[in-house]
Amino acid sequence: MSKILSMTFLATLWPTLVWAHTEQGRAAGFLAGLHHPVSGLDHVLAMVSVGLWGAQLGPPAVWQLPVTFPMVMAFGGMLGLMGVPLPGVEVGIALSGVLLGLAVLAEWRPPLWAAGVIVGFFAIFHGHAHGTELPDGASGLLYSIGFVMATGTLHAVGIGIGMIHRWGWGRVALRVAGGLVALAGAFFLWRALA
Amino acid sequence: MTGRTLRRAIGPGVAVLLLPATSHAHLVNTGLGPFYDGVSHFVLTPEDVLPALALALLAGQRGSRAGRYTLFALPLAWLLGGLLGLARPTMSDAPALTAVSFLALGGLVAAEVRLRPEWVRGLAAVLGLLHGYLNGSAISQAKLGTLGLVGIVSTLFLVVALAAAMVVRIRVPWGRIAVRVAGSWIAAMGLLLLGWSLRGATG
Repeated sequence: MSKILSMTFLATLWPTLVWAHTEQGRAAGFLAGLHHPVSGLDHVLAMVSVGLWGAQLGPPAVWQLPVTFPMVMAFGGMLGLMGVPLPGVEVGIALSGVLLGLAVLAEWRPPLWAAGVIVGFFAIFHGHAHGTELPDGASGLLYSIGFVMATGTLHAVGIGIGMIHRWGWGRVALRVAGGLVALAGAFFLWRALA
Repeated sequence: MTGRTLRRAIGPGVAVLLLPATSHAHLVNTGLGPFYDGVSHFVLTPEDVLPALALALLAGQRGSRAGRYTLFALPLAWLLGGLLGLARPTMSDAPALTAVSFLALGGLVAAEVRLRPEWVRGLAAVLGLLHGYLNGSAISQAKLGTLGLVGIVSTLFLVVALAAAMVVRIRVPWGRIAVRVAGSWIAAMGLLLLGWSLRGATG
């Protein structure tokens, strides 16, 4: 009898699926979106570099480049989500590290539209890669909110670091950082082509 | 079956009956009644909050006249749409339409387009009717009724009043840039949401 009682007790403790609200899974979607852009060093370096380069170029590039990047990246993400193929995504991402790093290293000052086109061009590759890697089952909107916020925050970090540009030693430090990003980009390029 | 076997089967049988089953509850249930359920539904639904916020930012960018128009036009249209949704609920979710409202309003804020206040009022009417209808359909299924809708519209009024007034008061250039950046983020979210809805995975 005691065996039956203990079995009964254990069975009542059996955990099963309970959905308290239809909103379930949304927080997980937001956190997954927040985590995705920072999960790869190649993405992080490129996005921070956009902020660094913008800070070097000064207004209005300092805010126009970080506005351009997330919007075009989201467009690339949309293409990835819809399954539209884009060749050479990994090569494009690695090249973005190389070119953006070199731009910071050389303190390159192209016309604003040209800087926007360069940043936008590479943003498509980053967005497409994220779009094709997005997990199923997460809340699409909450994922997108986390994703865009993380990307924008990475740009803001780049701009924040780039503020040292006002000092002489800061300008040198930024150029060194650009050189390091270009080297890392070259490593990712070699890995993508290997 | 002997009596002993039967007695042995009773325990596990009762236990199986006591197993908790899968349970689906309400949309949002605060336990404080339909008005506060409506308030929390609006606050916890970015599909509604973000386009409303984008419109409030746009109205603030266009000055106090556009802000005043929006402050009353948006909640009124939302209420009308909500009543329609309550009366004739057909769809409570339209991800592609939501994505378009994110994209359009976020894009207008990011580009700081110089719309006339009457145009902003028109946008408020369209957005309010559309999202109000979706809200009305959703709360009709959740049995929140008109009081739930009043909770939603009251919160919306507060959000629009605070956001639009804050933007109207901004004088420093970086403040206006921050508003445009916020608009670009909302537009980017709209693009991604459009991708999700076209893929059919808007969980």
